[in-house]
Amino acid sequence: MTAYLIRRIWQALPILIGVNVLTFMLFFVLNSPDDMARMQLGDKRVTQTAIDNWKAEHGYHLPLLYNASASGIETVTDTIFFQKSAKLFVFDFGLSDSGRDIGYDISQRLWPSFAIAAPSLVIGLMVNISLALLIVLFRATVIDLMSVAVLVVLLSISGLFYIIAGQFVMGKLLHLVPISGYDTGLNAIKFLVLPILIGVVAGIGSGVRLYRTFFLEEIERDYVRTARAKGVHEWVVLFRHVFRNALIPILTGVVAILPLLFMGALLTESFFGIPGLGSYTLDAINRQDFAIVRSMVFLGAVLYIVGLILTDISYTIADPRIRLANS
Amino acid sequence: MHAPRSLPAALSFTVLLLVLSGCELNTAWNNPYPPEHAQSNRIDSAFSEQPAHLDPARSYSADEYAFIAQIYEPPLQYHFLHRPYQLEPLTADSLPVPRYFNAKGESLSAAAPTDQIASSEYVIRIRPGIQYQPHPAFAQDATGNYRYHHLTPAQLTDIKTLTDFPATGTRELTAEDYVYQIKRLATPWRHSPIAGLLTERIVDFADLTAHITAAAPPAIDGNRPFFDLRSLPFRGAEVIDRYSYRIRINGRYPQFLFWLAMPFFAPMPWEAEAFYDQPGMANKNLTLDWYPIGTGPFFLSENNPNLRMVLTRNPHYHAEHYPTSGSDEDRAAGLLTDAGQRLPFIDQAVYSLEKETIPYWTKFLQGYYDSSGVSSDAFDRAIQFDNDGSAALSPELTQQGIQLTTAVNTSIWYLGFNWRDPVVGGTSERARLLRQALAIAIDFEEYIAIFANGRGMIAHSPIPPSIFGYRAGEAGVNTAVYTWEQGHARRRSLIEAQQLLTQAGYANGQDPTTHKALTLYYEAMDSGPDSKAQLNWMRKQFAKLGIELVIRATDYNRFQEKMRDGSAQIFMWGWNADYPDPENFFFLLYGPNRKQTGGENAANYHNPEFDRLFEQMKDMDDSPARQAMIDQMIAILRHDAPWAFGFFPQSYSLNHAWLHNVKPNLMANNTLKYRRVDPIQRDQLRTRWNQPILWPLGVFAILLGGLLLPVIFIIRHRERRSAYQ
Repeated sequence: MTAYLIRRIWQALPILIGVNVLTFMLFFVLNSPDDMARMQLGDKRVTQTAIDNWKAEHGYHLPLLYNASASGIETVTDTIFFQKSAKLFVFDFGLSDSGRDIGYDISQRLWPSFAIAAPSLVIGLMVNISLALLIVLFRATVIDLMSVAVLVVLLSISGLFYIIAGQFVMGKLLHLVPISGYDTGLNAIKFLVLPILIGVVAGIGSGVRLYRTFFLEEIERDYVRTARAKGVHEWVVLFRHVFRNALIPILTGVVAILPLLFMGALLTESFFGIPGLGSYTLDAINRQDFAIVRSMVFLGAVLYIVGLILTDISYTIADPRIRLANS
Repeated sequence: MHAPRSLPAALSFTVLLLVLSGCELNTAWNNPYPPEHAQSNRIDSAFSEQPAHLDPARSYSADEYAFIAQIYEPPLQYHFLHRPYQLEPLTADSLPVPRYFNAKGESLSAAAPTDQIASSEYVIRIRPGIQYQPHPAFAQDATGNYRYHHLTPAQLTDIKTLTDFPATGTRELTAEDYVYQIKRLATPWRHSPIAGLLTERIVDFADLTAHITAAAPPAIDGNRPFFDLRSLPFRGAEVIDRYSYRIRINGRYPQFLFWLAMPFFAPMPWEAEAFYDQPGMANKNLTLDWYPIGTGPFFLSENNPNLRMVLTRNPHYHAEHYPTSGSDEDRAAGLLTDAGQRLPFIDQAVYSLEKETIPYWTKFLQGYYDSSGVSSDAFDRAIQFDNDGSAALSPELTQQGIQLTTAVNTSIWYLGFNWRDPVVGGTSERARLLRQALAIAIDFEEYIAIFANGRGMIAHSPIPPSIFGYRAGEAGVNTAVYTWEQGHARRRSLIEAQQLLTQAGYANGQDPTTHKALTLYYEAMDSGPDSKAQLNWMRKQFAKLGIELVIRATDYNRFQEKMRDGSAQIFMWGWNADYPDPENFFFLLYGPNRKQTGGENAANYHNPEFDRLFEQMKDMDDSPARQAMIDQMIAILRHDAPWAFGFFPQSYSLNHAWLHNVKPNLMANNTLKYRRVDPIQRDQLRTRWNQPILWPLGVFAILLGGLLLPVIFIIRHRERRSAYQ
């Protein structure tokens, strides 16, 4: 296991470097350091001297990727790319271009994102799996057919519609929960009810349909027939045998996104005024704040790689027949 | 198998409990605020974008001024009620009167010709006894040493916000604080956006910048150590005594008084920089850019731009009173009810992060925000226009006691023609007639109706209402584009535009050299799918004359770049006034101020006569002679048509009945201190408007039960049947 993990982490390094280079190039194709300075200094009355001062103060006066005027290793290290990206590998995110500490902002913003995403995932999983098993129970009947039709309708509806409709019904018509906002500690609960509910409902269409497929693949297997022949109760067959054997494909999807729960959901956070990480990146792109953009992309890439490693590990737990190769 | 059977019963029971408890609880479940704040004397508002900077040397946008203008106090301010906008002292004891000097340093009279004036001198006396807000930067120990000016890394370990410093202090505002701030404007790493302007205006400003650059210690890990500016000599701004300071200006610059009402010229105590510039503070976001320190009516007690910003009443705020004079309309509107009362009225203003307009609007209707703008989504529901075009609230909102306030902004949107372009620019009669024909054809009335929900006023010159030089009615009509008929300005017909086009040599919009439709190019700031309709509309306006318009949509960065290098042909852009003086609009067309030379004249317009008049007009006091000169300048612009004057946007704002003293003041940003709320009325109405409605939950539970029961029945039936069945 340890050797496997070391190998995977070693393999992740070039991926992270590649992600960094790609982000850097995409960002600077659209935004020059002068554009960034203008965004920070404002449109009005800004002079080229002020722009040059800002760039020098923030390290954007250097060449992008290759410093032809330098010599030796400094041709590479004395560049915007190296100066801004190298520290990321020790998780030193530095200051944003507007002067705020990025690490501090991330640490503040990831918990509200997690507070929505984690319950949405857990409750959503429970609901989706339960409904999928229930539909499987009625497989090849009219109920099955109608359920699939309803699921297709549900998954065809835009996430934005669920949010607006949820806010309209629960917040505006029925006055049951605040329509948006957030608070700290236990006061956050009343703000989380609606986004979590909407997150669960919005995921039913795609989740149930997917899990139904997984369960249908399992339910015709010999071991299921054997269990039934032994007189095992249908609920037990479904929830103990079928469910457990369908766990591998479910885990593939779920464990991989576990670390990304911290990264937040853009639309949900934006509409509910949740100060999470979802809107952090988009705000930074709009403000042309490269320091935040590169940090968030890097963090997303790291968490995604962690998710994939966790998925591999979870296989070994869910299915004892699977072993992680050491070489 | 008891669980499935009991599920519907449990659900019904739960819902019944909820319904019963809901009937008894006379509270609003959807209230986003803690119950203990129900009747607090505070304003509830929102912000959609986190402010980028709160340092008065750097901040230069409306969303930032919404906060810092309540905290920092420049020497002057705008009168809350008077129109046209009028300056009055804030911390100063009177409006400073400039003294003029020639190159030899000899005093000149105010009537001296501008070309003889080498410098102007403003002596500002501030009122004694004004105290700063409580702040740890001022905290001193028993021996008089500052407690937090030499923090060690160990002491900073547990510090996360300003409130983690147990001790605070205050001190009296002095003239030195104002001079210190002006020196900060010259400090390169403060990145003040007006440093370039002040280099031209304030005596020796550039020398001070060079001095600071040479003398200041270098940055360590991107952070500048504290560099005390007090000892630096500076002729541009000098302390005279504890309560007086002098600012020296190159030449004559009457508009400088307006700058003295902006936060750029607010005081900054040296202790603030000594405190915030310590190593390790920036890594905790403890910077002057995020934690202001001022003498204003409020201080920033909670600064979480990711969630909430809270302004709390400054316990040391000096005596300031609500205005006692205003117009008859102000009196009729109840705006003088609080005349002479001590300011501020409210204890707190809470700004919550609200990024989307839909929840903002809904929460305003529910009473959880005291005021709101009118978004495009909600416009039709909120506003109705009567036959004469006046806006009024819909009956539904009127019934709620909501009030509508409208104001024409001190800003303009215009269509610019690049003066350097060989087709639409320059002084040739052909190009002039082409521009005038286009100015007639582009129907900005339609634009306002379609894209601004009618919220705009047609511009006949660059000068908006409430700025000196504006003329209303027939006297103000742009006769090149409009005629005056039956008391209204009527846009000239397309036939007249076509005639002008024919005179220009483009009969039926055809280019005589190619014998095809004349092709013009429009640079557009493409803001996504929403802008497509606007661009199509613009294309149609040109097509009315048979001209083909090629749209070059691009992002804002590239758009600005094209403006700077003068490669755009036709474009639409706007300007928001810094101060209420015609100079601040005409300078957008002043020749030496061309965009290519770093100025704001995006059309690169150049007319020697206009420039000559501008140079005279900008230094004049408001007077009939100045008005006559402005009329001449406007006549030149209408003739030359470097712009198709577009429109002055109008702002519509709504407020609930419990919010008082609301009058739009587009120049003053420090109006929070005038607001008064009735928290009892607000709480009662909020509770009444937001009673939870629970019966649909009961219906939902019954429906769910109705669905589950047959399912359970079928399952049980299938389990009990034999294998044969």
